[in-house]
Amino acid sequence: MAHATSPAAFGRPRRVIPGLGLSFTITTGTLAVLVLLPLAAMVAMSLSKGVPAFVAALADRRVLAAFRVTIVSALAAAIISAIFGLLLAWVLTRYRFPGRRFIDAAVDLPFALPTAVAGIALTALYAPNGWIGALLVPLGISVAFTPLGIGVALVFVGLPFVVRAVQPILEDLPADEEEAARLLGATRMQIFLRVIMPACAPALVTGFTMAFARGLGEYGSVIFIAGNKPMLSEIVPLLIVIQLDQYNYTGAAAIGTAMLLVSFAMLMVINRLQAWAAAR
Amino acid sequence: MSPPLTLSRRLALSLPLAAAAIRPAMAKTRVELMNVSYDPTRELYRRLNPAFAAQPAVAAEFDVAVRMSHGGSGAQARSVIDGLDADVVTLALAHDIDAIAAAGRLAKGWQARPPDNSSPYTSTIVFLVRKGNPKKIRDWDDLVRPGIQVITPNPKTSGGARWNFLAAYAAALDKAGGNDAQARAFMKRLFQNVPVLDTGARGATLTFTRRGIGDVLLAWENEAFLAMQEDAKGGFEIVVPPASILAEPPVAVVDQVVDRRGTRKAAQAYLEFLYTPEGQEICARNFYRPRSKAVAEAFGKVFPQLTLFTIEERFGGWTRAHDTYFADGAIFDQVYQPGG
Amino acid sequence: MTARGRDGALARRMLIGLAVVVAGIVLGMPLAIVLVEAFARGPAAYLAALADQDTLDAIRLTVLVALCSVTVTTVFGVAAAWCIARFDFRGRSLLLTVIDLPFSVSPVIAGLVQVLLFGRRGWLGPFLETYDIRIVFALPGIVLATVFVTLPFVARELIPLMQEQGAEEEEAALSLGASGWQTFWRVTLPNIRFALLTGVLLANARAMGEFGAVSVVSGHIRGATNTMPLQVEILFNDYQIEAAFAVASVLALLALVTLGLKLALERHQSGTHANEERPT
Repeated sequence: MAHATSPAAFGRPRRVIPGLGLSFTITTGTLAVLVLLPLAAMVAMSLSKGVPAFVAALADRRVLAAFRVTIVSALAAAIISAIFGLLLAWVLTRYRFPGRRFIDAAVDLPFALPTAVAGIALTALYAPNGWIGALLVPLGISVAFTPLGIGVALVFVGLPFVVRAVQPILEDLPADEEEAARLLGATRMQIFLRVIMPACAPALVTGFTMAFARGLGEYGSVIFIAGNKPMLSEIVPLLIVIQLDQYNYTGAAAIGTAMLLVSFAMLMVINRLQAWAAAR
Repeated sequence: MSPPLTLSRRLALSLPLAAAAIRPAMAKTRVELMNVSYDPTRELYRRLNPAFAAQPAVAAEFDVAVRMSHGGSGAQARSVIDGLDADVVTLALAHDIDAIAAAGRLAKGWQARPPDNSSPYTSTIVFLVRKGNPKKIRDWDDLVRPGIQVITPNPKTSGGARWNFLAAYAAALDKAGGNDAQARAFMKRLFQNVPVLDTGARGATLTFTRRGIGDVLLAWENEAFLAMQEDAKGGFEIVVPPASILAEPPVAVVDQVVDRRGTRKAAQAYLEFLYTPEGQEICARNFYRPRSKAVAEAFGKVFPQLTLFTIEERFGGWTRAHDTYFADGAIFDQVYQPGG
Repeated sequence: MTARGRDGALARRMLIGLAVVVAGIVLGMPLAIVLVEAFARGPAAYLAALADQDTLDAIRLTVLVALCSVTVTTVFGVAAAWCIARFDFRGRSLLLTVIDLPFSVSPVIAGLVQVLLFGRRGWLGPFLETYDIRIVFALPGIVLATVFVTLPFVARELIPLMQEQGAEEEEAALSLGASGWQTFWRVTLPNIRFALLTGVLLANARAMGEFGAVSVVSGHIRGATNTMPLQVEILFNDYQIEAAFAVASVLALLALVTLGLKLALERHQSGTHANEERPT
């Protein structure tokens, strides 16, 4: 009986539940004034010197290099986050060991820790005279102030996305499938590849994509550690700031608009992925 | 440029007048000035501001507080253009104040108003090297030797880096007998030796001192001295090249802001204070070369002797230098080939 | 069987070990170094660093900004969740995407758009100048940039929960004669209170820690427009590394408190869920 009324909330709403007008007005009004209008100002500014100028601003080799650096490092970091994230999610859901709850809670740390704090902390850790950096110097690896540093920062911010996407799937994964596979003589690797991976693939891809999307826009944690060398370790958000500081408003707006389009595309992909994951 | 008399006359005129304007029973006017400055002046103005507020002529009339904002010179100018209400700007190079003037926030002839090109203090570009100078860096030539790591910030965003660039470029021109192509080749090699390009002068200093990267830091003389002072372990030393550029960081009152806020008088007194013996002494004590001959003599031992050339002599002023070297697609963009 | 069991135990131990190492390096060490560096010169120096007037002003501003922006985010989030979860209308999924947009837009863009809209040369610049209204480089601009990045936080927590809960209870209350507002305060709010608090908590953490967006609009006026994350950067550049880490440690502590409270709320939430599920 209760369920019979549920679709009514969708079908004939105004009769039953009030407040559509008010809540819709607040929602769209806030979005329009605080999000869409400012974004429109940016898009308009980016096109204020015409489409050719917009294209030229993006076709600049330093801008293209920044996009390459940003995309490559966000992608690499998302892949590492996916591997580490899957490992953490697996261990946290499947095993009981001392400190498990502690680690489980700590996974959200990058969500809560300000990016600037993460930036100076990671820089202090990975600088040639830092705790980790000093260990890497004899190996000839420098992380801080190289593109590698960007990757380290982005793994930090991306990791929780993967863990939190995969964890619920692993928790809900019926143990009997694994059990059945085991009874049929499957090896652990086979079980992992044939039973577990297919089940959590959609969630893993979703988490990976979210980590990637976040990595594309990340600023605070990266700029401290990246070295910010044009063409090599300069990320797109920093380039926006630099363009702005060179009084190049249209250039900054053009790069911002391009990033906005990428963000929108990523959101569409994530929505699709979540729908796909939910459908499974 | 202007004779020193101008200043003393100005002070002689303005300060007693200011004092006379106070009605005896009236409370002092509370004034908050905002000084938008560039990166390495943090320590300088931390000392200048209270000294200014304590000046008898100032304290008699105003209860003054000076707020500071620091950042890359270009970034700071951009903020002022976008509406940051600076009463005075004290930036790294004239081009940045020109940009503020071009945006209509202060009169175009700003640099002719206060004495000495509107620069109450000057500096130059020197080398900061690791203790004992293990790589034997003595002159500009040494910066392009293979295997030398040079730390300098990004000339696109840092005023100090532009002075660095021009000082090196002038040295390269001298070496090449004025051949521009060779000078560019020199700069190309120099930037091949640059492992990190920070956005600001202070960032570059920290990269060199705290993070231990690089063999030599191209730095403002004041910044190099400060880095030595901050380093308790004595891990650095300053190498003064035989010739370098005379860096003139200019100051200006932002007309539009002071007229709207009614702070012109205090703002002008603030800048004039920089030229007084007391102001000049504080500059010198913070390793900025004072304009005042008397103060310069008193601090003679601090500042090493070297041949100094101005940007007007060598590059025809900031507008030309900017268009030739730092505009998009100009010489810096041509010589900077990262990944080499 | 036993061979495989022992094998399994070994693999288990290795996986747990690996997960602990990954969590330690990626999550633990950045947090640890912040605390170590903050107390490098002892507790007295630490307290002195925090008692600095500019730092105190930064803390005050940060709290103020968070208060303003979280209020907006909360009202928006409740309104958005109400209209998305309780009604169906054309463009609903588009609205959902736009709500998510600030999540995937780079924070730098959130700042840039404020400058392009409200700056002296922006769309509204001449108007604001005529009436002597200051937005950028002042509190309003910082709040607007912060609202931009935190806007989805509360909505994102509430929408899935309210969709899952359905509208039966509200409909029952309404049919019994309760007004719309009564229904909201007495039925809806108690049902969503833990999710709402979680959203507020996360929005607050983000608001207090935002760096990129605020850095573009702040103007970096000491004692006036520097928030704590900006103060961290400034102290870092002022040769006051320990003070920078001291302020950073306060932000890190805030992150830990946020995580702790979130954990507590989640436990409450699952607790009430369990209670609600029993009668059904």
